[in-house]
Amino acid sequence: MSQFLQQVINGLSLGSIYALIALGYTMVYGIIKLINFAHGDIYMLGAYVAFITTTYFGFSFFPAMIASMVVCGILGVLIERIAYKPLRHATRIAALITAIGVSYVLEYTTQYVMGSEVKTYPTLLSNVSFSLGPVTISMQQVYIFTITIVLMIALQLIIKKTKMGRAMRAVSVDEDAAKLMGINVDTTISFTFLLGSSLAGVAGILVGIYYNSIDPLMGMVPGLKAFIAAVFGGIGSVPGAMIGGLFIGIAETMVVAYGSSLYRDAIVYLILILILIIKPDGLLGKNQREKV
Amino acid sequence: MEPILQIKNLTKNFGGLCAVSNVSMQINQGELIGLIGPNGAGKTTLFNLLTGVYEPSSGLIEFNEDGKKIQLGGLKPYKITAYGIARTFQNIRLFKTMTVLENVKVAMHKNIRYGTLAAILRLPSYYSEEKWVEEKACELLKEVGLYGKRNEQATNLPYGEQRRLEIARALAIQPKILFLDEPAAGMNPQETAELTNLIYRIRDKYNLTIILIEHDMSLVMKICERIYVLDYGKLIANGNPEEIRNNEFVIKAYLGEEI
Amino acid sequence: MPKQLLNKENIAWLASAIVIFLVCSVLMNAGIINSYYQITLYNICINIILAVSLNLVIGICGQFSLGHAGFMCIGAYSAGIVTKMMPNLGGLFLGLLVGFVISAIVALIVSIPTLRLKGDYLAIATLGFAEIIRIIVQNMKITNGAAGLSGIPRLTTWPLLIIGVVIALVVVCNFTRSAPGRACLSIREDEIASEAMGINTTRYKVIAFVIGAILASMAGALFACNFYVINPTQFTFNRSIDILVMVVFGGMGSMTSSVIAAAAIGILNMILQNFSDIRMIIYGLALVIIMIFKPSGLLGTKEFSFKKLFQKRKGNR
Repeated sequence: MSQFLQQVINGLSLGSIYALIALGYTMVYGIIKLINFAHGDIYMLGAYVAFITTTYFGFSFFPAMIASMVVCGILGVLIERIAYKPLRHATRIAALITAIGVSYVLEYTTQYVMGSEVKTYPTLLSNVSFSLGPVTISMQQVYIFTITIVLMIALQLIIKKTKMGRAMRAVSVDEDAAKLMGINVDTTISFTFLLGSSLAGVAGILVGIYYNSIDPLMGMVPGLKAFIAAVFGGIGSVPGAMIGGLFIGIAETMVVAYGSSLYRDAIVYLILILILIIKPDGLLGKNQREKV
Repeated sequence: MEPILQIKNLTKNFGGLCAVSNVSMQINQGELIGLIGPNGAGKTTLFNLLTGVYEPSSGLIEFNEDGKKIQLGGLKPYKITAYGIARTFQNIRLFKTMTVLENVKVAMHKNIRYGTLAAILRLPSYYSEEKWVEEKACELLKEVGLYGKRNEQATNLPYGEQRRLEIARALAIQPKILFLDEPAAGMNPQETAELTNLIYRIRDKYNLTIILIEHDMSLVMKICERIYVLDYGKLIANGNPEEIRNNEFVIKAYLGEEI
Repeated sequence: MPKQLLNKENIAWLASAIVIFLVCSVLMNAGIINSYYQITLYNICINIILAVSLNLVIGICGQFSLGHAGFMCIGAYSAGIVTKMMPNLGGLFLGLLVGFVISAIVALIVSIPTLRLKGDYLAIATLGFAEIIRIIVQNMKITNGAAGLSGIPRLTTWPLLIIGVVIALVVVCNFTRSAPGRACLSIREDEIASEAMGINTTRYKVIAFVIGAILASMAGALFACNFYVINPTQFTFNRSIDILVMVVFGGMGSMTSSVIAAAAIGILNMILQNFSDIRMIIYGLALVIIMIFKPSGLLGTKEFSFKKLFQKRKGNR
């Protein structure tokens, strides 16, 4: 039992990182119906920005996190403006191929500049751990979980309470109608990318701390898993992304603990395929149908 | 004689919205039926139910195939089509980058008797069947006056010709019942007159039962023998053109209630 | 054999295949195509088979699959395992056969649930399946796990490769120009209309997917018996993207352009061999630029055809 609880704790901290990345997928998909394949690489860049600022400029955790958020946010907006905007009314497959292209560019440019070797991450958060009854919790896990929750609440407030948030919701329901109501669709979409990408930046630094190492291709697999989390929760839904992320995180740690670590990734894909077949709209998603 | 198509208490709900509500109809072999109603009355939804695009929430759709009663409700579209029920689309759904001829050939699919293996290995059955398909498809294109454009891409045809290609494609199914969804939409008076002739001609030649949705009242009143009127998903009237013209419910539905 | 097969175009196609085969054979024997260029040539042939088979699924049937590497993986391991036990041509054919059967069965299992999904969801689901295939291979004993197989006999020869390419092209082109092929094209154009015209859309999507999978496994087998060594990292998501890049560069739906793109990319890879990072950056940029400025690919859906060529010549006279 205590081992089970311990795995739940571990799963929650891993899952909250997935949730942070999943938010970016879910917001972008909700607003322009694009699986932003490059999102995983934005989070990889977030990890690198924090790595550079802490190693070479001596930043501490929070300034490094802010730096990652800013760089990733700007990068997200740039990618949207340069690569995705011209394709807004193209087929979804064309947009998906573009996103794959952007992902390649980010990965291999980073590899070219920073080298392909794995880099050891500096210890930015205290790794003291303490016992709480039968389980051990590290301060890192507490930080990761708290930061995620705080950001999640902030995001929910932005979407529900601010004018920009209302515009985002309007554009995601009907872009043309939103335009007629005087909403600046381009700015709204850019803002969505800004939010999603800066959250990915935070996720980047947290993953660096969690796994202690980073490399240029680290974005792909967690990126996919985060996307799966978004699909699981119901793509387009912020609470759905949170639930999905935590679920995937816990499922993964459980498979490693009780099954075989070799099948750690397979289980996530299996979850994806099951959810797509059984309930493609996800847990909290809305049902959509083509008009004939 | 038994009706060829009998619809009993057909209902379709989308969430809280009742798009088609308790509709019953009887359609006899060889009739030319009009289905009219204001925008959003549920006409196309009714077509979609009858052709299998949507599954009915309740009610029956009974097709009479030479005395055998077949329930169509909830069947997949391609199975319904296999019984000889064809349709055209309101918003034109041609196979855009395929040629005019290929568009017709696709619709002949269910009558082609060679499989994937014969196609890949180019067995004799492939050649004999393709020859027949080619002839038949050309014949249908001559029927609607598009033979000269058979090698054009469908998307390059002018609007009126696209509508006629939709009809040719539906005829390639060798249907017993043909649903036409706003066949005259966007046509000029001369094209509409040609269309009228085409509808008469194909009905007689292929022994069809035709049901059409149309907003062009002069066309409907001229060619339909019987008219059903839908409003807010409910059937509000049924009768010959003269009766419909004078029906007070129909006038109310189109012109609004007098206060 | 139906007499219709003996027409001018088919003879012209056969003749050009034989000419390409003979010219390359002579050049290889004369040493003008040295062993270094030969690797590129062999790679191009394998990639043509992969690109053409993926083009059938994506370009003809309109189903966006990102899992092609999974089927290549199945073919490579089937052939690798069988030929290690039976290191002769018979073993290769048996290995091919085993690969066909397994990949067809797996394709059926994968496609029946996932092909109900549309567009990008389908892409992700196929990607997931391919990764599952790879992870299973990585954890099996018979495949020697993550270390992979080594010492696979080198049975892939130049005649075999040309025959493989010809088979892939003939299968895909014959299929496309037939009733089942038209059914697939109509699904790509408009699935709802296609179903209304009496096409069992699921059935034809599955058929296209299975044919694509079998051809990919053929490419995998030729790959395994060419390079001595295979391991699971050769069949990741990146391999699927490599194949996709060829299909997209050339033009989705055109087999001619898949062949040209596979050849061009093969040569480009050879030139940029020592700059693999830059190569990948170029691929990424090229994908973005093509999608923005010419989403139909460099050649669109145009096909080279001897029939048109003959007709044009007749018209000029």
